[in-house]
Amino acid sequence: MAKETTAAHGTEAAASAPGMPQLDFSNWGNQIFWLLVTLVVIYFVLSRIALPRIAAVLAERQGTITNDIAKAEELKAKAVEAEEAYNKALADARAEAQRIAAETKAEMQAELDAATAKADAEIAGKLAESEKAIAEIRANAVASVEAVAKDTAAELITALGGEADAKDVDAAVAARMKG
Amino acid sequence: MASEAHGAEEGGLVFHPMDQFIVKPLFGGDEIAWYTITNVTLWMALAVVAIIAMMVVGTSRRAMIPSRSQSIGELAYGFIYKMVEDVAGKDAVKFFPYIMTLFLFIVFANFLGLIPMSFTTTSHFAVTIALALLVFVTVTAVGFIKNGMSFLGLFWVSSAPLALRPILAIIELISYFVRPVSHSIRLAGNVMAGHAVIKVFAGFAALAVVSPVSILAITAMYGLEVLVAFIQAYVFTILTCVYLKDALHPSH
Repeated sequence: MAKETTAAHGTEAAASAPGMPQLDFSNWGNQIFWLLVTLVVIYFVLSRIALPRIAAVLAERQGTITNDIAKAEELKAKAVEAEEAYNKALADARAEAQRIAAETKAEMQAELDAATAKADAEIAGKLAESEKAIAEIRANAVASVEAVAKDTAAELITALGGEADAKDVDAAVAARMKG
Repeated sequence: MASEAHGAEEGGLVFHPMDQFIVKPLFGGDEIAWYTITNVTLWMALAVVAIIAMMVVGTSRRAMIPSRSQSIGELAYGFIYKMVEDVAGKDAVKFFPYIMTLFLFIVFANFLGLIPMSFTTTSHFAVTIALALLVFVTVTAVGFIKNGMSFLGLFWVSSAPLALRPILAIIELISYFVRPVSHSIRLAGNVMAGHAVIKVFAGFAALAVVSPVSILAITAMYGLEVLVAFIQAYVFTILTCVYLKDALHPSH
């Protein structure tokens, strides 16, 4: 049975005769044929499907990472800008507020001064009037007192039985009132 | 090793460290023609299935944030792509699918071979010599197509003294033609030796006295073999890149 030799050779070689199945050249053609088939299949699967797909995924990921970093930097710049704008607005508002406060204060001061002046003038006018009225009243009173004194003196003289001389009475009352 | 096994067999121990490498037809029959479906076919097909699972099925979602399986595919891609770019140069990137094919086939064949009772396709010189010759022929062809006759400058060490150059040229020429030999024997030799040693230790496990030591040794060897499986694939790939660099930039 010549056909058996190949298969039997390996078993016998290991069991009895020194030899390596690797050096059994009768099946080299078979091994090399299947190796080439395998390599061609792997090569086509890799070069047509697997490698382009992985390359695309890796490139896409790289692109996404680059984009995200650029976006983040842009956003950071925007944030800095916004902060600057905010600070500027704050400073402006503060200056405006101070200006308005000062203006209002000055206006109020002016109004106050005007009102005070007006009030002072009114008070001064009223005071003068009052003083005049008081002086009038006082003059009237003095005149009334003189008249009452003269009348009283004349009555007293008459009551005491004398003859009241108007000239003397006037002189006497005036002299008394001076003293 | 065979004589060792022979001797031990007489003492009651059975060693068949090389049986695991026998090529057998899968569907009966004894004759192996070039087209016969054998265990070689089966384990190469499984390697193809595993590669498709990792590189095609694993990446099918094209996720921006990769899943675990997609990460592995991307990692393998990045690893080999960077190796090709760093070692062979930017203009070697168009050979990347070719080198990726070699790497993935060897790495999966090695790791599938570590499954107990499996068949290791890369332990056969037929396979590794074919792989190495493919690289050798490709690299030589690329060298001549890219550089024309100036590719021969690779063998003419212009920085050496003139008198030495012919001698160096002969040495360079020999080393160039030895490349596929070392390239292939290194891979098959490492894989085969490790598997055979594990089998020998497994044979010793039949003796009750030494079996704990034997099992420990198998475990340790297995760990080493896992390392070797990856390192040999890596070495084969990086040497391919180095040879490719010589072909693309033959000046020393």
